[in-house]
Amino acid sequence: MRFGIVRFPGSNCDFDCERAVRSGLGEVPVILWHKEESLLGADIVLLPGGFSYGDHLRAGAIARFSPIMKAVRAFAAAGGPVLGICNGFQILCEAHLLPGALIRNRGLRFRCHSVYLRVESTVTPFTGEYGERQILCLPIAHGEGQYVADADTIDELERDSRVIFRYVDRAGETTTDSNPNGSLRGIAGVCSAKRNVVGLMPHPERAISQLLGSADGLGVFQSAVAALASLEGVAS
Amino acid sequence: MIRPRPGILNPEGQTIERALRDLGYAGIEGVRVGRTIGLRIEAADLTNCEQLVREACERLLANPVIEDFEFHVSEVSNPPLVAG
Repeated sequence: MRFGIVRFPGSNCDFDCERAVRSGLGEVPVILWHKEESLLGADIVLLPGGFSYGDHLRAGAIARFSPIMKAVRAFAAAGGPVLGICNGFQILCEAHLLPGALIRNRGLRFRCHSVYLRVESTVTPFTGEYGERQILCLPIAHGEGQYVADADTIDELERDSRVIFRYVDRAGETTTDSNPNGSLRGIAGVCSAKRNVVGLMPHPERAISQLLGSADGLGVFQSAVAALASLEGVAS
Repeated sequence: MIRPRPGILNPEGQTIERALRDLGYAGIEGVRVGRTIGLRIEAADLTNCEQLVREACERLLANPVIEDFEFHVSEVSNPPLVAG
C-alpha cells in the first residue's frame, strides 16, 4: 500500500499529509513532485493544501496543468482513489475531476478555525470507516472555500449522495452560522460520479491526534487503507 | 475581460457596493468584480490571434463554471517580442 502525496510549488500541507500517513497509519508515503509524469507506484493519491502557484489567476488554475496531473487524471479514470484537501480540492475542481468551483469566502475573510462537519456519505474510499451522519471536528484555513455550482449540478450531487461533508453546528444541524464561507447548501466536500475522487476544504491531516485538538481526521486516512485492502481482497 | 457568470455570488462586488453606499452614492447596484488580462501576441493575422485568445480563455484564463469572458484584439505597431 502506497500513499502518493503530490507536491506543487506552493503546497504547504504536504508535510502534514506525510505526517498523518506516517504517524497515523505507520505507512511511508512517496512524495510526488509536480513535474513527475508517473505516480511512482502510488495506490492512493493525495493532493494537499497550500497555495500552488501563489493562487495566481484562480486557486488551482495553474497547478491543474502540471505534468503530474495527466497521471492523476488517468489514475482517477481507472477508479484509483484521489483525495484533494483545500487547495487540492480547488485543483480537482479546476481540472474538472470534481464538479463546481470554489470562490472567495462570503465575507471575504480568510477563515482559520475549527468547524463541525457531518459525514453525509460513507460510500467513498475516504469515508468508509466513519459512521453515517457522524459529526467531525476539523480545522479549516482558506480564503476561497465557498463551494458553488449551477442549480442542476447541486441537485444532481444531492440526488446521487455525492455531497460527502457538510458544515454543521455542534448538534449536527446546518445553520447559516455554521457555514464558514457561504458554500451552497453548506457543502464542504463532494465526490466524483464514480465516487473515487473526493475533495474537501477542511483539513483532516491536521486533526490526527488529540494533541492537535482532534483526531477526527484520522478516519479519512484509515478509510483509504480499508478501502484499498478490500479492493485488493476482491482482486486476489 | 473575465466576469463572474450571472447567478454566481460575487463577494467582492457586494462589499464594494456597500462601500459605495456608505460614501453616499445612491442607486448603485449589481456591482460585480472581474479581471482584465492584457496579452501581447505574435500571430499571422487577427483571425489566428482571436482563435488563440479564445482557446487560452477556455482552457486557462477563465473558469467556465463560474466565469464568462469576452475579448478584443487589435494590431499594435510595437516591435516583435524578443526572447530574453
